Amino acid sequence: MKKHIITITMASCLAAPAFAEQQITVINFGGANANAQKKAYYEPYEKTGTKVIAGEYNGEQAKIKAMVETKKVTWDVVEVEAPDVQRGCDEGLFEKIDFSKIGNKADFLPAAVNECGVGVFVWSTVMAWNADKVKTAPTSWADFWDVKKIPGKRGMRKGARYNLEFALMADGVKPADVYKVLATKDGADRAFKKLTELKPSIQWWEAGAQPAQFLVAGDVALSTVYNGRIDAANREGRNLKIYWPGGIYDLDYWVIPKGAPNKDASMKFIAFASQPATQAVYAQNIAYGPVNTKALAKLDKKVLDDLPTSPANAKEAIQMNVGFWADQGEALEKRFAAWATQ
Amino acid sequence: MNVSTSKAALQGEDARALRRALSRANARQKWRAFALTVPLLVFLLLTLLIPIAALLQRAIENPEVVGALPRTVKTLEGWKPDAPPSAASYAALVEDLGHLADSSDAGALARRLNSEVPGARSLVMGAFRALPVTGSPEEVRDRLLQLDPRWADPPFWQAIAKNGSRWTPDYLLASVDLRRDSQGDIERMPPDLRAFGPILLRTFQISFVVTLFCLALGYPLAWWLASLPARKANLLMILVLVPFWTSILVRVAAWIVLLQSEGLVNRGLMGIGLIDSPLPLLFNRAGVVIAMVHILLPFMILPLYSVMKNVPPTYVRAAVSLGSAPLAAFFRVYVPQTYPGISAGALLVFILSIGYYVTPALLGGADDQMLSYYIARYTNVQINWGMACALGALLLTATMLLYSVYRRIGKAELSMG
Repeated sequence: MKKHIITITMASCLAAPAFAEQQITVINFGGANANAQKKAYYEPYEKTGTKVIAGEYNGEQAKIKAMVETKKVTWDVVEVEAPDVQRGCDEGLFEKIDFSKIGNKADFLPAAVNECGVGVFVWSTVMAWNADKVKTAPTSWADFWDVKKIPGKRGMRKGARYNLEFALMADGVKPADVYKVLATKDGADRAFKKLTELKPSIQWWEAGAQPAQFLVAGDVALSTVYNGRIDAANREGRNLKIYWPGGIYDLDYWVIPKGAPNKDASMKFIAFASQPATQAVYAQNIAYGPVNTKALAKLDKKVLDDLPTSPANAKEAIQMNVGFWADQGEALEKRFAAWATQ
Repeated sequence: MNVSTSKAALQGEDARALRRALSRANARQKWRAFALTVPLLVFLLLTLLIPIAALLQRAIENPEVVGALPRTVKTLEGWKPDAPPSAASYAALVEDLGHLADSSDAGALARRLNSEVPGARSLVMGAFRALPVTGSPEEVRDRLLQLDPRWADPPFWQAIAKNGSRWTPDYLLASVDLRRDSQGDIERMPPDLRAFGPILLRTFQISFVVTLFCLALGYPLAWWLASLPARKANLLMILVLVPFWTSILVRVAAWIVLLQSEGLVNRGLMGIGLIDSPLPLLFNRAGVVIAMVHILLPFMILPLYSVMKNVPPTYVRAAVSLGSAPLAAFFRVYVPQTYPGISAGALLVFILSIGYYVTPALLGGADDQMLSYYIARYTNVQINWGMACALGALLLTATMLLYSVYRRIGKAELSMG
């Protein structure tokens, strides 16, 4: 009997390295998004024989940088936001992607194909309100600034990104021209000046889950918010509404940190998660748009209506200008910090 | 043997040997005592002094430009910073970029220059991707200008010239809202970029208010606890300590539930008719101060309690029996005896508050963030570790200065209870 146990233990010790090769660590942003990824990507992928260990982080690129620099990379696949993909790629933090292993480039949104990353989904920062508490629906970004027409506080993300764009839209700049105006010194001044008008009414949020809570609790009348959070709240029976025009959409990407141990398995996982079928399941679980355009055909109208990529919702939306924020982000965020103290 | 001979003997050869042996023994003992503290000293060296030294070094280190563009820096020596640079500089730049071992070096260079001049990131990476660019210096210049007309703008070249040395005061200057102009003279930042001075001030302001509230709330409680019999005091002390052992995030979440506009506090106040509309208690300064006071209160109560425990009640009784009013006796006889506890508690709370980051981030607005929030931002989001280290150095220096002022004014020996 004892001998038997020892044999088993030894066998499992020997088997362990072979088993270890078949697991990958996938890092996401947590929350409702992580649950949808689990259902659409991790659990189905595990059936193909590779164990997926899911982890969360808060987008701190410093963690990836530290891993890559010390050559102790423990993350195989990481979800990162758009501005970090190109920057990390330039600075050598990520492996280059051979897109032929992922799929047919023509099936993907052009923005989803990056030197170092593959798009995961399209999400949008939009204006939202609680239809149970606010009777007058907003009809423009100027209404977001109009605390007489719609009384109450305004929820905004703590930082410069998105807020400067929305301020310019409220000031009459056409969504398509926002980044052209913001790139000039006068345009930035104009955006901060407009933001100052609203300052006493702003309630700042830090985490993506907060604005939906604010709206549900009635702390704010209107708020900027990631559209998926509104969808998640409505699935719990809330009555939150989205104003789509002027929304700023953006992609999240899968990247592989440079020197990650299971590069092949990671590429296979990313390819699996980029298929129309898995992408459709994901969009059914959270209202973020698929990057594989073939997935759209698999979705019914009810799901499509809530996606930022549906034609009606995307019509007057703009894509976040990653290049602009990579260049101007540090300076504008510092100016925002100075502005907040005034 | 008489007295005089023994005295003579002691002054002689033997006495000197004896004294030597004695001092040797003393020294040995001292070394042995010192050896006992060696593990602690090594620990401090490894976990405190070396990281701080590394932090200070990173705050002035500037290897990116000089490492990536040595030839360009050389051609820019003696260049007049207002005119476009010579064609040789363009050629040297392209040659330097071509010699970079890895694209990550170009990325690091782009990041460094971009934090000086916004836009330099796309400019540098654009040129790097366009390589190889060949031809005479003039052709190279025209090719770069055709690629991106911003290559004619002097500010980018000034940034390269300015960062031509391995060490820079720029991060430290920026942390106190100063900068070097194109001539190398130190000037103040333009008003819309002066951020860190007000933020440092705000950090100290919030910490000061929190310390004051902790003292005002903690002193009576510690006094009451100290006057109770030991059994009861211990039981109540556990009530003080339980929140102390709870995770900060849990307590912050609990405060959100309590303080939100439809939370317990506002509903209660509205229920008893004190207010008509909910008070704004969250996502502003009030929320930050309330939660920080709650979290830091034990650090005030514990030193106060241990000092008060050792104050004999007889002094106050004596003062009263000699004709003092009870209140006057309390303030003139009792309170001065608790000064060591007050100063230890206040210092502890103040220093801990200065580094607070999570609580203000989750409960405060955009103008309630303390300096460590920005240190975290520069570390995690902007990946500008030089700036993060400079801000860390600023916080360290400001705290040390304040502590030395405190020692001079307070003069009280620090007692941790």
